[in-house]
This record gives sequence, structure tokens and C-alpha cells, in this order.
Amino acid sequence: MKKLDKTYILETKPLFLAGAGVVSHIEGQGPLGNEFDKVEDPSMGEDSWESAESAFHKEATTLALKKAGRTESDISLAFSGDLLNQSMSTCFSLKSFNMPICGLYGACSTMALSMAVGALFVECGLAENTLAAASSHFCSAEKQFRQPLEYGGQRPPTAQRTVTGAGAAVISSSGSGPHITAARFGRIIDYGVTDENNMGAAMAPSAADSIWNFLKETNTKPEDYSMILTGDLGYTGSDLLLQLLIREHNCDISKVHNDCGILIFNKEEQDVHCGGSGCGCSAAVVCTYIHRLLREGRLKKVLFVGTGALVSTVSPLQNDPVPGISHAVLLEA
Amino acid sequence: MRISNEEYSEMINKTAPKSPIVKDCIFAFLFGGGICAFGEVLRTMFLNMGASEDNAKTYVCLTLIAITAILTGIGVFDKIAKIAGAGTIVPITGFANSVVAPAMEFQTEGRIMGTGANMFKLSGPVIVYGCSAAVIYGVIAYLFKLY
Repeated sequence: MKKLDKTYILETKPLFLAGAGVVSHIEGQGPLGNEFDKVEDPSMGEDSWESAESAFHKEATTLALKKAGRTESDISLAFSGDLLNQSMSTCFSLKSFNMPICGLYGACSTMALSMAVGALFVECGLAENTLAAASSHFCSAEKQFRQPLEYGGQRPPTAQRTVTGAGAAVISSSGSGPHITAARFGRIIDYGVTDENNMGAAMAPSAADSIWNFLKETNTKPEDYSMILTGDLGYTGSDLLLQLLIREHNCDISKVHNDCGILIFNKEEQDVHCGGSGCGCSAAVVCTYIHRLLREGRLKKVLFVGTGALVSTVSPLQNDPVPGISHAVLLEA
Repeated sequence: MRISNEEYSEMINKTAPKSPIVKDCIFAFLFGGGICAFGEVLRTMFLNMGASEDNAKTYVCLTLIAITAILTGIGVFDKIAKIAGAGTIVPITGFANSVVAPAMEFQTEGRIMGTGANMFKLSGPVIVYGCSAAVIYGVIAYLFKLY
């Protein structure tokens, strides 16, 4: 492994062996509907939304292991997280698997975080196979962070819809598939955004910081990538990211930039305001659609930058701003 | 060069889509006015049925609360409120919805610590400050012998 300042270059090129994504009906009706492994009812037949989210997580994990041709005992360590208090859905999903677990929290950037740590463990020879996963659920997120589902309120146009779904990836030292060739952990960036209904704006500065530093440290240009994919900035956040990179670093990524929150829903036909959000958004998109394009060689080099808004249920009430964090992993065909 | 928080805030204001205020106000006026007009119809109806003026007003409130609770329960109220906005939040319908919605949501945590503890999560502040304001007004009314 080589270290370029804060960027880790993974010289053994750990494999992104297989990925699986399970989502609910609304995501299934979106433009990527056919990409997902399973489209399920949001309740998953469970009694509570929290249990339903665990069921999505469990299903994605089971499918990823199956597609990778690995059993749970092959996994040296699983890295996963979600948005619920004490990572409830991760814990209650993974308790049914016989594998060591390392819980992570990176808000909506968790999938990039778990992939980065999972790949580093394989790179350093600490594990032959690792699992990276993340999940979110519209109903459990609304319940914890916003208002009850039946509350009659209006959402501002900058609001995003939390994706109901989960994604899981098996990272391995042997086999065939796309590679994870670099990882860079983000720092916390606070531009003083206090609007809880504009998470894209809160996360965009951290995405700009991570992308710019990754390009600088690896001495590459945006044109060197097939895609620079952010996690869940949505429409407003993506727009702000492009403006910030030009304004602060004179760096134009508009030709190669895309965002999982934009890809997952159809803005015109689905009532999702600024796009999708949540850990499950980038997890489900990267583990299915992006993995397939890389496997088929239609994308050569994807810089996946998971974006997270560090907001708790308490911090906005105590007048704290919403800082952002973005972790980057480089995926190559 | 990092831009300042103020410059970023300005950038957000220019970039973020704005709420359609005129449309929101028109719908709020129509729905809110509609609910009040319906209340008047109910009041006249109760008066014609022989209720006293005071009782008729109470029956109007109870009827609107009952209708809202049922519409919230069957998952229709939030769809109306999405269009009506302040039109459904400001009248007593908004208050009824804010009690029923959390009562439903927290059922999974049990009748006591779920529904019981969370039912007034949204409307609690209204009750606390509404009652406090009523007490202050009562004291003023008593001291200055307004009644």
C-alpha cells in the first residue's frame, strides 16, 4: 500500500467481487428499477419500520454473499452502518449472520466508508473477504429525524426523500470483478448551514473538499475518470458542488459528475423534491447499477464519494449547524 | 480559496429552488376558508337542531376534530395537507392531526411508552403555551374587570 498524503493507494487492488441492492416500490419505479436485485414492500412483512429496515439489510447481505459465491464463514469482518440510533438496523440484521461485525457511522456516507475500510483490511492482508453494507428506510428516518408519517405538513422544495433500501458488497482478495484501487477518508467540513431541509447544501462543501484533495493528491484531472459519483447530494447539492469546485479551485467536474440521489428517482414523475438521500441510496446504486457497468467495462474508473450530513436529533435544537463528511473510494473495471 | 460562510449562504439562496409562495397562499386561503365556511354550516345546523349558541360552537369543534382524526387514520389527511398547507394546519384540524399522527406512529413502542408518551409530542407545546396564555389573559381580565 502506498500513501499519498491522506489518500491510500491500494496496490493489491482488492476486488469489489459482488454487490446486491434491495429497495422498496418507489425506488423500484424509478429509472434504475430493473437494476436492483429485489423490489419489496416497504414493510417487508414486519411489525415496525425499524425491523423492516433490518429486513432490507439482511436481504441485501444474503444476496451479496450468494452472488459472490461466499458463505458467512468466509467473511473475516463485516463493516456496516445505518442512520438509526445505535445502528439498530445493522445490529438486528447482522445478528443472524455468523460473522464478526464492525459497526460504522458516517451518516449517508456510510457505504463509501464501509467499502473504504473493507478494502483496506483486504489490502493489508488482515482479511481475505470483507463485507461492506449500509441501509436506510424512509419511514424509520422520518420517525426519528422529522415528523410522523401521517402529520399534515408541507416539505420545502430543497427536501430530499430518504431511500428505502440497502446495499451490500463483498470485497475479496481473489476472484474476478471490478477493483477498489484507492481510498480517502474525509474530514468534517462546516460551512454554517443550519437548514435541516437542505442536506444537499450541508454536504456539498465536504464533497468538494474530498474530490479536490483526491484529485490533487493523486495528481489526476476530472477527465481521467469515467464518472465522479457523489452519494446523495440531490439536485441542489450537486449544483452547489459544481459551483464550489469552480469558485474555490477552478476545477470543472460537470462533464463527469453524477449523483446517486439524482439517478435513483425520476424528478418529473416521482414526488421526491430534490432527489434521493440516505445510506441506502448510494449503497443500492453502487452495489447494483455501478457495479454492473464496471463489470461490463462500460465504466472504467469511478470515483465514488459518499456524502454524509452530520445531524443528530438533538444538534439542530441546540442551534448547532449541520457539518458534512465525504469519504472517497476509487473503483476501477 | 475557501469561500466564507456568508458567501456560501448567498450561493445557496441563488441556487436552491424556492417554495411557490403565491400558490401556497392561495391554496391555504381556499382550504382554510373552506374549513371555516364548513364550520359555519355545522354551527347553523346545530343551532337549527335546538343547540344553544355555546353548545353549537363546541359541537362544531368536536365534529371537525372527529373528521380530521378519521381522515388521518385512513391516511388521507396528509395528502390534503400537502396541498392545503397552512389551510389545514392553522384551524383546529391541524391540532387534531398533530395528536393523532404521533399516536399512530409510535404504536410499535407500546400503548404506554409509545402512544401514551408520544401522543402530545407535537401538540404539547401548543397546550403548554396555550394554557399559559389563557391564565395570563384570565388574570388581566380579572384585575381590570373586563367581564
